[in-house]
Amino acid sequence: MQLGRVTGTVVATTQVEGLRGVRFLVVQPLDKRLAAVGETLVAADAVYMAGPGELVYFVASREAAEALEPRFVPVDHAIVGIVDEIELRADA
Amino acid sequence: MKIARVEGTVVSTIQHEFFDRQRLLVCDVIDPGGEPTGEYAIAVDVVGAGVGETVLLLDEGSSARQLFDVDTGPIRAVVVGIVDEVSSEGGELQID
Repeated sequence: MQLGRVTGTVVATTQVEGLRGVRFLVVQPLDKRLAAVGETLVAADAVYMAGPGELVYFVASREAAEALEPRFVPVDHAIVGIVDEIELRADA
Repeated sequence: MKIARVEGTVVSTIQHEFFDRQRLLVCDVIDPGGEPTGEYAIAVDVVGAGVGETVLLLDEGSSARQLFDVDTGPIRAVVVGIVDEVSSEGGELQID
């Protein structure tokens, strides 16, 4: 799993059948010190409570399709948790 | 599997039900000489690894689901061992 910051929301009225009811959020992937790395992506919200500004962790590929009910909806990234706190060792 | 060093912990209350009460670790992937490769993962700990320890990081979903004895679940990165010593062509990594 990787860390990410939710930076926005996506609404898509026309979509494939399997995506009905799935919330989509724009996520900027982060490194462990919360610096941005790589391109932003669109992730399904599998905790149904994530929103813009929040620090989250997400899974990719098959694990993302496993995160939602029903399983194997066509998504490639899914948010599976909201971070309360990260504690890194002093010299990390 | 990859060799990694535990750099910290993640506290999370709102999460997918699969991760309920699981311990989450921030792990830096390292090379056999102990240098970080730049890759990291948030991983579930099943061996009781502590911050600063060198660990074996499983990074494959099917094996991870077998480990948790489930057919489904959004799980991939799991800390599955605590490393005592690494010896390879790149040198030796002695763990304190």
